Amino acid sequence: MPDGGTIAAGAVLDVRGLKTTFRTRGGEVHAVNSVSFQLQRGEILGVVGESGSGKSVTMMSLIRLLPSPPAQIGPGQVWLDGQDLLQIDAEALRKVRGPKVGFVFQDPMTSLNPVFTVGSQIMEPLRRHMGLDRAGARRRAGELLDLVGIPDAARRLDDYPHQFSGGMRQRVMIAIALACEPDVLIADEPTTALDVTIQAQIIDLVKRLQKQLGMGVIWITHDLGVIAGIAQRVMVMYAGQIVEHGPVTEVFRAPQHPYTRALLKTVPSLTGRRAARLQVIEGQPPILMAAPVACSFRDRCAHAFGRCAQENPERRPVDDKQLGFGHDVACHWEAPHD
Amino acid sequence: MFVFTLRRLLLAIPTLLVISLVIYLLVDFAPGSPMSEIPLTVPPEVRQKMIAALGADQPVLVRYLLWLRQFFWVEPAYLIDGWFGTHLAGDEQRILSWQSRSPVFTIIGQRIPQTLTVVGTAYLVGALIAIPIGIYSAYRQYSWFDQLGTLFAMIGFSVPTFFTGTLFIIIFAVELGWFPTKYDTMLNVTDWSSFLTQLRQMTLPVMTLGLANAAAISRYMRSSMLDNLGQDYVRTARAKGEPERTVVLKHVLRNSLIPVVTVIALGIPSIFGGAIITENLFGVNGIGAALILAIHASDLPMVQTLTFIFAALIVLFNLIADILYGLLDPRIRYD
Repeated sequence: MPDGGTIAAGAVLDVRGLKTTFRTRGGEVHAVNSVSFQLQRGEILGVVGESGSGKSVTMMSLIRLLPSPPAQIGPGQVWLDGQDLLQIDAEALRKVRGPKVGFVFQDPMTSLNPVFTVGSQIMEPLRRHMGLDRAGARRRAGELLDLVGIPDAARRLDDYPHQFSGGMRQRVMIAIALACEPDVLIADEPTTALDVTIQAQIIDLVKRLQKQLGMGVIWITHDLGVIAGIAQRVMVMYAGQIVEHGPVTEVFRAPQHPYTRALLKTVPSLTGRRAARLQVIEGQPPILMAAPVACSFRDRCAHAFGRCAQENPERRPVDDKQLGFGHDVACHWEAPHD
Repeated sequence: MFVFTLRRLLLAIPTLLVISLVIYLLVDFAPGSPMSEIPLTVPPEVRQKMIAALGADQPVLVRYLLWLRQFFWVEPAYLIDGWFGTHLAGDEQRILSWQSRSPVFTIIGQRIPQTLTVVGTAYLVGALIAIPIGIYSAYRQYSWFDQLGTLFAMIGFSVPTFFTGTLFIIIFAVELGWFPTKYDTMLNVTDWSSFLTQLRQMTLPVMTLGLANAAAISRYMRSSMLDNLGQDYVRTARAKGEPERTVVLKHVLRNSLIPVVTVIALGIPSIFGGAIITENLFGVNGIGAALILAIHASDLPMVQTLTFIFAALIVLFNLIADILYGLLDPRIRYD
């Protein structure tokens, strides 16, 4: 069990002080900087942030999916089912990928192997981890395809990925990720490459399956509307750090971090006065060549003051709950109550 | 797939006819005369008669059409007669070599086995060595193994076979005495010891050619593997908890083999073409050596027939490569 602090009852995943750096020719890039969070059993945790904020890298670091080199995962701890995933050997890690943690990737068009049938790709983890024989795995693969809502599932097992549309392929990806009934499902922008109606179907599908199977789901997106519709808690990431975290209703009602506030303002509104232009956050997220010693957002922040350039803000609770369980923010500036 | 193959085969007929005419005209226009190796003391009128006796004084178009008839009608008839004891060909004139006056196909029949054993084995050995090297080089890119493989491929690519062949002869035949310097075409494999002798005499030419073949194929394999190792589906396979062995040797390899198999298939006609330099160097009396001799002697029927067979093989293996492509890659269907 992890030392120091306690795991809340029901937490399936406990990440502590995770860092990931990339060794590139231009120097070290600090992509993930001391990220800590927990995932409860049966909840959907949303992760938002703009491109390059470290959302995907953080989640891929959890099961060490990043190629190393150049990636260097750690220091930090990733506790799942009594073991630290950053310490276990390749063989033990293999038994986590699939049976404990399922992963759905962003681009369904390229994430399936083009030369194998969809059936054989779903059967692979079933045979490897669940000890099923060919016939059993095939039957189960048919059930899974049916579960994710692919019509005529048993017959489509023998089709190749290119015979499926993008939305259908993402359903296949979900079927693969769910094949071994994992405790944790990580969905890395699963609907970004899909059109809006298909997106809604996929979201409904994951919500339904999550209730049915009782998994913890981490849903990465840069679409705040999706988060509002699906997640109970949300984590806002910027420059590889969690800048704000809390229950979705709290964070959306009273955003504390200037970045979160700016993000929420960028969402176009259907009601009220018609804005002349879409709101944008000026500037680019920084590429960190060293561990942050000051606030990474200060150059784009309207509220920055002297302290922001001298000290990287720590996460602090904004309600009376323990850090990590309620609403917290990493910012020196105190948002006014409104 | 069947319709596709049939269509391609039908399309090959006009292609081959055009190729055969172009080859015929090229060979005919080339300088030199079938009499160039006859002593100068032979008087011009006798010379003229000898040319007439070969039929070489006829207009080029007539000779071309006669050759076509011989190639597509008479020679297959002789072949069938030889197999089934029929008398289809009667006493029709076969394609004769101007040099030796024996039928061209008899000469080819004698030479092709020599070429296939040496050059064919070299190609096979080259491919079998190159594929694992390419796979491992790509998987451990920039490792010492990969660097060594790159060096080896560069040497095989850039150093000509007449140099590597000579070097191998000096090291392994002259200095160490492990293998003979010359390939003995007369050796018949009848028992274990003659088989070992055959293996020993094949080793050096096979090494020489195999190095060059392996160099090219290993590069193709490596770059194809590298292309695929970075693909998203590889990450998916890892995320499913597949061991590295399965990820690389099943998921990545199956995709990487598609272009490599095509390249290997397209290279097969070059086996039949022989390896002119290597055959000469080791004294393998193969097809390559026969072609060089025929070119020197302006032996038009021989050069024409051999060149045309190579052209037909290239067309055929292009088709085979396309069919293989369709079989290996489910995204490609020719209906």
